[in-house]
Amino acid sequence: MLDSSRAEALSAAAVTKRFGGLVAVEDMSFVLADKEVLGLIGPNGSGKTTMMNLISGALKPSSGEIKLYGEAISGTGASNVAKKGVARTFQLVRMLPAMTALENVAAGGVFGHARRWGRELDDHAHGLLKRVGLPNAAHAGVSALTYIDQKRVELARALASDPKILLLDEWLAGLNPTELKIGIALIEQLRNEGCTIIIVEHVMHAIRSLCDRCIVMNSGIKIAEGTPAEVLSDHGVIRAYLGDENA
Amino acid sequence: MSSIEAPKLVRPGTGLVAGELRNLLISAVIIIAAGCVPLVFDGYALQLAISIVMYTGLATSWLLFSGPTNYIALSTAAFFGIGMYTAAGGIDLAPYPVLILAAGVIGAAMAAIVGLATLRVSGVYFVIFSLGLAELVRQIMTWLQHVLGTMSGLYVTIERTEAEYYWQLLLLAVAVFVVGWWIGRSRLGFALRIIGNDELVAVHCGINTARAKVVLFVISSTFAAIGGAVVAPRWGYVEPVVAFSPFLSFQVVIMALLGGTHRLWGPLVGVIPFVLIWELIAIYFPSQTTLLLGICFLLIVYVIPNGITGLIEDAWHRRWKRGTTPGPVQRALDGSAGATARQLQPQKTNDA
Repeated sequence: MLDSSRAEALSAAAVTKRFGGLVAVEDMSFVLADKEVLGLIGPNGSGKTTMMNLISGALKPSSGEIKLYGEAISGTGASNVAKKGVARTFQLVRMLPAMTALENVAAGGVFGHARRWGRELDDHAHGLLKRVGLPNAAHAGVSALTYIDQKRVELARALASDPKILLLDEWLAGLNPTELKIGIALIEQLRNEGCTIIIVEHVMHAIRSLCDRCIVMNSGIKIAEGTPAEVLSDHGVIRAYLGDENA
Repeated sequence: MSSIEAPKLVRPGTGLVAGELRNLLISAVIIIAAGCVPLVFDGYALQLAISIVMYTGLATSWLLFSGPTNYIALSTAAFFGIGMYTAAGGIDLAPYPVLILAAGVIGAAMAAIVGLATLRVSGVYFVIFSLGLAELVRQIMTWLQHVLGTMSGLYVTIERTEAEYYWQLLLLAVAVFVVGWWIGRSRLGFALRIIGNDELVAVHCGINTARAKVVLFVISSTFAAIGGAVVAPRWGYVEPVVAFSPFLSFQVVIMALLGGTHRLWGPLVGVIPFVLIWELIAIYFPSQTTLLLGICFLLIVYVIPNGITGLIEDAWHRRWKRGTTPGPVQRALDGSAGATARQLQPQKTNDA
């Protein structure tokens, strides 16, 4: 299933996360290859965002291990994971409200995997704003930006650290059909540039067009893995989304 | 469509530019002018000037930490008192400059311990703890003096003119400004601003938020401790109730808020009127000071949340930004809370 010629970018081995009696993620194991775009899908409450939080270091797994290019990152704390090269966006867009768009982007490029400063940082942040389609908004306050533009800024901030792996947590959620096209085109562009990405998403046609491979979660457990076409026709997956009658 | 010529963002570390050179010159003129005050004034006027430079140093050092992080620290009195006691306790043991240095070191060490223990808690918990800290240290000092069998306080006698106090405190205030300016240009300052905006984003940007906060808290508290050591002999007699008075902590916060916390020079703008008004209050309403301090606090928070500098900047933006700079982008140039209000106002645009 996995192209063996590619290096292993990220691996999760038997990762479990419990919140008291609730098991949010149970025994998840998967491998993400270098330059691969992996979709993480499943119904609401299936543990996708928890899995993202475990990878980005916001949460510590109760058991199991996550490795980034062979190096264990689980349990080292979110700021360390960011330094190692994992960047993320948030399910509900998170701006730095009292800063300009440019500063929001620059924030991602100073303390993480890339540590730019001065003129270099400035040029880099300008370049990223251009890359995500906001060449003229550098000095705008982010509260004045539309939702899609805030999402662009957040994406640029994640990219500012030259991440090894990019985590997009429902980055396309809440966009109108026009914006959605723009959003998908942006991720497609990243994909073509060779980014390694994990996407959590509910927008299925985006998953179909963007992902090399998909993992389907339900109730914290991996229930299917394969190409988007394979998993979306899987009976177990259809049952998880639509119930028994439709399977 | 309006295409706006984006001015280059002046990132810290890119060297001095014209605007900064101008600010540097203005600062130098102000410092020299301030340095001449004791040559012109004496007596009561000089006393007021001493209060102003002392509170400028304290309020600005408070701002170094609390401004960018939005962690309201009420611990100034704790460190100021520590500084006073260092000076008072060591007056017979070491020369005075050494005591000032020692006060800084002890203040820094205590801030590091306190910071490591408490800066993981945020919001109102931190505020309460920082207030309780001064009380805790005061109780420990009272107990220590009781155990050691000394008096309820310590005498600090040293020959020094008012002008010398003034210059020392002015030097301290200038040091605070220089450090503040340096932090503002540094990665640390940028990290602190990100933390103040959204701590979760800060963590995922790779910032060790606990360390950044502790470092800033230490810097800020060290200045308060040094300030306490500098003025201790002026008070002559140091006792816990006075040295660790929560009044000082609140005054410092109120002055900084009155001036505005978005600019390094904000507290200075607040300190001058506040010290003068406070003199009047102390003369005419000596027994209502706590009540009036509380009223001042509420008025500032509800009426001018962005302080005097906020008012000035808003007026400036209204005058210059409307009509002259078109487009939705520059309308919200600074992205601050005020920007939202400005957007609601009718705008004349050239490209409409």
